[in-house]
Amino acid sequence: MTDAAVIMAATGLACRRGERVLFRGLDLDVRPGQIVWVRGANGRGKTSLLRLLAGLARPEAGRIERDAQRERVYIGHSNALKDDLTVAESLRFLTRLHGFDTSAEALDAALRRFGLHSRRAAPVRTLSQGQRRRVALARLCTAPAAALWLLDEPFDALDTEGVDALNTVLSEHAARGGSTLLTSHVPLTLTSLAPITLQLNEAVAA
Amino acid sequence: MLANIHFFTFASPPRFYALAGKLVPWFWAAAALLAGAGLWIGFFEAPTDATQGDAYRIIFIHVPAAWMSMLLYMVMAFWAAIGWAFNARLASMVARAIAPTGAMFTFAALWSGALWGKPTWGTWWVWDARLTSELILLFLYLGYMALVNAIDDTRRADQAGALLAVIGSVNVPIIYFSVKWWNTLHQGATISASAAPKMVASMLMAMLLMTLACWAYAFAVVFTRTRAVVAERERDAKWLNEGVA
Amino acid sequence: MTAPVFSAVLGRDLRLAARRRVDALLPLAFFAVAVSLFPLGVGPEPNTLRQIAPGVLWVCALLAAMLSVTQLYAGDQVDGSLEQMMLAGGAGTLAALPVAIAKAVSHWLLTGLPLVLIAPLFGVMFDLSGRSIGALCASLVLGTPILSLLGGLGAALTLGVRNGGVLLILLIVPLCIPALIFGSGAVSAVESSASARGHFSLLGALFIATGLLAPIATAAALRIATE
Repeated sequence: MTDAAVIMAATGLACRRGERVLFRGLDLDVRPGQIVWVRGANGRGKTSLLRLLAGLARPEAGRIERDAQRERVYIGHSNALKDDLTVAESLRFLTRLHGFDTSAEALDAALRRFGLHSRRAAPVRTLSQGQRRRVALARLCTAPAAALWLLDEPFDALDTEGVDALNTVLSEHAARGGSTLLTSHVPLTLTSLAPITLQLNEAVAA
Repeated sequence: MLANIHFFTFASPPRFYALAGKLVPWFWAAAALLAGAGLWIGFFEAPTDATQGDAYRIIFIHVPAAWMSMLLYMVMAFWAAIGWAFNARLASMVARAIAPTGAMFTFAALWSGALWGKPTWGTWWVWDARLTSELILLFLYLGYMALVNAIDDTRRADQAGALLAVIGSVNVPIIYFSVKWWNTLHQGATISASAAPKMVASMLMAMLLMTLACWAYAFAVVFTRTRAVVAERERDAKWLNEGVA
Repeated sequence: MTAPVFSAVLGRDLRLAARRRVDALLPLAFFAVAVSLFPLGVGPEPNTLRQIAPGVLWVCALLAAMLSVTQLYAGDQVDGSLEQMMLAGGAGTLAALPVAIAKAVSHWLLTGLPLVLIAPLFGVMFDLSGRSIGALCASLVLGTPILSLLGGLGAALTLGVRNGGVLLILLIVPLCIPALIFGSGAVSAVESSASARGHFSLLGALFIATGLLAPIATAAALRIATE
């Protein structure tokens, strides 16, 4: 794999929200094994950028090119969990929805990774915020190996164990050649791989 | 090709604002003259009908209003769709401006239909195919206006409104057909509001003049309202604040 | 890749409904209450009731379907599930198509089909003949999917809008009028010993046309609402 293998490249990206243009002229590219930390003040368009890259919204201007072979995994600010389903059912639904590995072993392994195995039959309603975040993140373990991960505030509400679990998962993902784009208002504590910072404040403001 | 260039030039809000401002007084004048002529002929010159007497003369308001109501819905749907497809702001603004006028014509068609019904058949309202379809059309207009009004984000409102208007325009023929079907099948619905008297030349002339008057009126009002929408949406833009008349 | 999305969403919705059985029964309760109001308002004379029965039953079914459709997408939008479902459908304007179809089917299974099953009971209460009740069920079998499809479209258009429920009814009920006319007309025809074949053909055609077009429009509306 050469340096030139770019997974996703965006040129001249502009994002509008309602009547306001949040940023324009943004260029970025993501290569295998990278972790990109998108930073910026509140309201600067971090979530909007992630949504654009995930394909949930069309950019106001500019282009996004991506390697179509790679899966994108987008985990937004909300957990996409229903109160009435159990942890296992929720994970199974989200995994099946995206066509990821729904085998019993894969789901079990994912739950263990994030320390949820003991609570697999508990309704989501009974979980704390941090536990719900873990359930939402668990499907990262069932996604195809070299996928591009787009994570919006993944560390939100996680306790130290949760943060450790996520850090490990992120590092392993990068080591396998996968890439991640994430936002986090909490400083990253990844020791193995220094993330690349993308400052939205510096992107040409409207 | 040349025509395209001219067309798209006036698709910019500032140019439209200026052009419309100049044209609106002419439209008002035309509307007044045509309406005056049409109503004069319709109310004074056209002969009294043998069966319906003088009461039939309300059709000179009723029929043009009904035509306009249906036509304006299609025009509104057309411009809304253009605005959605080409991301053309002005087209969406025009569509929004048409809606209240279209609803007004629908309402005019309804009460003029009632005024016709009372002396002719003794009831203020009759559930015949055309009046019932007009009533449903009024609901379609109100629905469009309510939807674009309820969504705060103007772009989303324009797009959702365009989709609704297109769906509505596809449904209008289906609704009209089903209402006609409903009307002919149920016993007792022997009254038809479309029983217009035999048309003499002067009557046709009056209808034509009134229809053209309605068109001119519609242009005047829609252009004025569009200018208001443009002014509101572009209120922070320089060109507006520098006093383009 | 659309197959997993459709079956995943449909399966999940049915499972959720099974956990909240009371909620699923509310539209039926509304139907029963609304239908019962008419004899109270109009008088118990059997001939009158028999005559208004097709219309009353159909209108109440329509309203019951519309009332339960307002929440079709709202919950999923709030907790972020809708985003995930649309993402899973691929890129492009039709990404939400499997979701739209799955939601319409789940609404029909949970509201439309039960209405078809309890309608005969109320047909008897209005003294309709056996053949009329059969026609009623047949017309509802064709008509309630139309209502679910159009209702889903309305829910997508009014997603997240304040007063969305009432607005949805104002938008969608006019579009349901042809189905209402053909559906209740079929029952009236059978009740007066006339042929209902024309009604059923038109209703069937409407069903096919709505089935083909409404999901596409709903997918477009979802895209507009979530961008």
